Amino acid sequence: MSGEPFFDRAVVDALAARLARVSDDVGRQVTVMEVCGTHTHAIAAAGLRGLLPPGVRLISGPGCPVCVTPVDYLDRAIALGRRSEVILCTFGDLVRVPASRSSLEHERAHETDVRIVCSPRDALAIARENEDRTVVFLAVGFETTIPGIAAAIAEAEADGVSNFLVLPGGKLIEPPLRALMEDDEVGVDGFLLPGHVSVILGADFYRFVSDEFEVPAAIAGFTPADVMRALVAIVGQIRDGCARVQNLYARAVRPEGNLTAKALMARYFEPRDDRWRGLGTIPASGVALSPAVAWRDASWIPVDPGVPIEPHGCRCGEILKGVIEPRDCPLFAHACSPEHPVGACMVSSEGTCAAWYRHARMAVGGRA
Amino acid sequence: MRRNGRILLGHGAGGRLTSELVREAFVPAFDNRFLHTLSDSAVLDTLPAGRPALTTDGFVVDPPVFPGGDLGYLSVCGTVNDLSVAGARPLWLTFSLILEEGLETELLDTIVAGAARAAREAGIAIVAGDTKVVPRGKADRAFVVTSGLGVVPAQRELDDTRIRPGDRVIVTGPVGDHGATVLGERHGLQGDELRSDCRPLNALLESVWSSGLRVRAAHDPTRGGLATTCNETAARARARIVLDECSVPIRQETSAVCDLLGVDPLYLACEGRAVLFVDPADADDLVAALRRHPDGRESADIGWVAEGAGVVMQTRVGGEMPLDLLSGMDLPRIC
Amino acid sequence: MCLAIPMRLVERTKLLGTAEIRGVRRSISLMLCPEVEVGDYVLVHTGYAIGTIDEQEAEKTMSLFDDVLAAENER
Repeated sequence: MSGEPFFDRAVVDALAARLARVSDDVGRQVTVMEVCGTHTHAIAAAGLRGLLPPGVRLISGPGCPVCVTPVDYLDRAIALGRRSEVILCTFGDLVRVPASRSSLEHERAHETDVRIVCSPRDALAIARENEDRTVVFLAVGFETTIPGIAAAIAEAEADGVSNFLVLPGGKLIEPPLRALMEDDEVGVDGFLLPGHVSVILGADFYRFVSDEFEVPAAIAGFTPADVMRALVAIVGQIRDGCARVQNLYARAVRPEGNLTAKALMARYFEPRDDRWRGLGTIPASGVALSPAVAWRDASWIPVDPGVPIEPHGCRCGEILKGVIEPRDCPLFAHACSPEHPVGACMVSSEGTCAAWYRHARMAVGGRA
Repeated sequence: MRRNGRILLGHGAGGRLTSELVREAFVPAFDNRFLHTLSDSAVLDTLPAGRPALTTDGFVVDPPVFPGGDLGYLSVCGTVNDLSVAGARPLWLTFSLILEEGLETELLDTIVAGAARAAREAGIAIVAGDTKVVPRGKADRAFVVTSGLGVVPAQRELDDTRIRPGDRVIVTGPVGDHGATVLGERHGLQGDELRSDCRPLNALLESVWSSGLRVRAAHDPTRGGLATTCNETAARARARIVLDECSVPIRQETSAVCDLLGVDPLYLACEGRAVLFVDPADADDLVAALRRHPDGRESADIGWVAEGAGVVMQTRVGGEMPLDLLSGMDLPRIC
Repeated sequence: MCLAIPMRLVERTKLLGTAEIRGVRRSISLMLCPEVEVGDYVLVHTGYAIGTIDEQEAEKTMSLFDDVLAAENER
């Protein structure tokens, strides 16, 4: 499988031309929301935004664990890390996210033991190698990631690794999608649905998007051709006035998803209300450990995370909903920049504001 | 003491143990008449004609031994290359070590042997050094600090301010190999062909300088990789650099590591590559000349200089992506 | 939220396997995809195989792109 057509310039050009024609047929500007941080990254890396016709506006939604992890989660992680017996294990994504008074990167410079891992299994291995310490794994991610965390917990249970704890921060994709579609302020005409969350949840999972809300959608892969193809399909649905969920990543996404993964997730996690950076509290949108393994929740360790400081003037919530653009936020490019990010959308290198910041500087010939 | 031994605090104290270490480990490996005097300073020969060039560097690579090299080899190559890209002929290096108490002497031997090998390959002499030992836990096994002295012959002017719009950007080989290899080692990724590109480049670059081709400037894209080097050059040249994604050579193993960890090969260190900025009329000849040399076989024309500022990449599907300076290190990600 | 890379499973022992892409190998867990076989292409996310790549569907998608290209060239 060479996969070259997925990155072929002629294919992408042809799809872009098709998209322009379909967009012309629609006759007005449409807004498509891509929900997944990895899509945001893939689109930026290929420079796809510049290939879109003016009638198609692409905005980034809340599907980025970096962007939406609330400040108080990080404050608690930092407080835990300051206990000498704790080893914090985290994905690289969280290291530079600003908390109320610090960040994991800054804590590391102050003697907190922070280790970057690429897998929850790496954190489990660290626990095995350091029996006298307590490993706290910062368990963030969506349904793509949560089953792996559940699997690591299953392994810890089976092998009796009692110093492996997690700080639950996982989020579920359905509640924010519903919240977005129920919100009158949000003007999204179609969804580019996350490809890899869908590998777990299955294509059938998203029926509610079309059945209950009548919004066109397509599950897409991450190559440039995959993304362009999905945009053509979504805008085509808008033109035709229909609303279906098309599975355009059928090579990886089955209708029923991954049943083993879903079962493991259900065994060790249960839904709970959760706060999202920029979006507030959304019911049943996060996960807690199920009762049998609740003792592995590091939240029971007594620490003082301090009062959470929410950034003043930050309008990330409205940006994540696609209601305003980065330039409408008073902090954008002044108090809030990639070097000193205030809100969620600037924190991730592919957040909406971070992406705008870079592209805007290029357009005006930027300072070097 | 030597086999299966450990470095003790005493090895850095300046007494008998230090002297033993110098005589048994460093002198035989680095083997040159300046070093043999074992004096407080190396008194060298008269410098050849030209302007002296001086550089210094610190090396803290983890792991200290990796596919394609080691801390010692890396240190000497890095120092030699810093001089070479400035147009200097490297002559003499210093090599200082800060060792952690408890370091296995076998690892030290590997580092020293690596440095000696690089010195031989580059045709330079390591003429002075120092060793300090800090208590266990105060350093990560071994750190190396070097300095390098060379001479830039008259008439050789390499300067970023000479770069003009229209100039071409040439790289001497695939990018990101060193950074991908050490990152891969740290995160459990293996590959038979995954290895650092670490090499001394002075021979390759001397052939360029003496070719008469109109090269404006050269740099070695070490930490921060090609993108960072281009950003720094663009700033000094007050110009914009445009790279063509399809033309930038990247080895498949390096790109696989980058895909797996979610990092960008354009921001990963190279330790055996140079980036050159050349008059467009000489670009093809430069690539051809580089490719005739064993260290430049995969040289490629990867972009050009334009009016404006910053660095941008034209993507393989016809889009544009800004290549900004990173706010920090490019960390492995899951999202 | 999901960096997942297609890799070929080259070896497995119970629920652990070795997956490979372009000459680079990584140890992965098969706990989420226990039914995979050596030779299958799997999507790997955070060290776990999360699903398999259906090669026939992949071929279908690629030939769809060929069709798009052909249609565009005819315009």
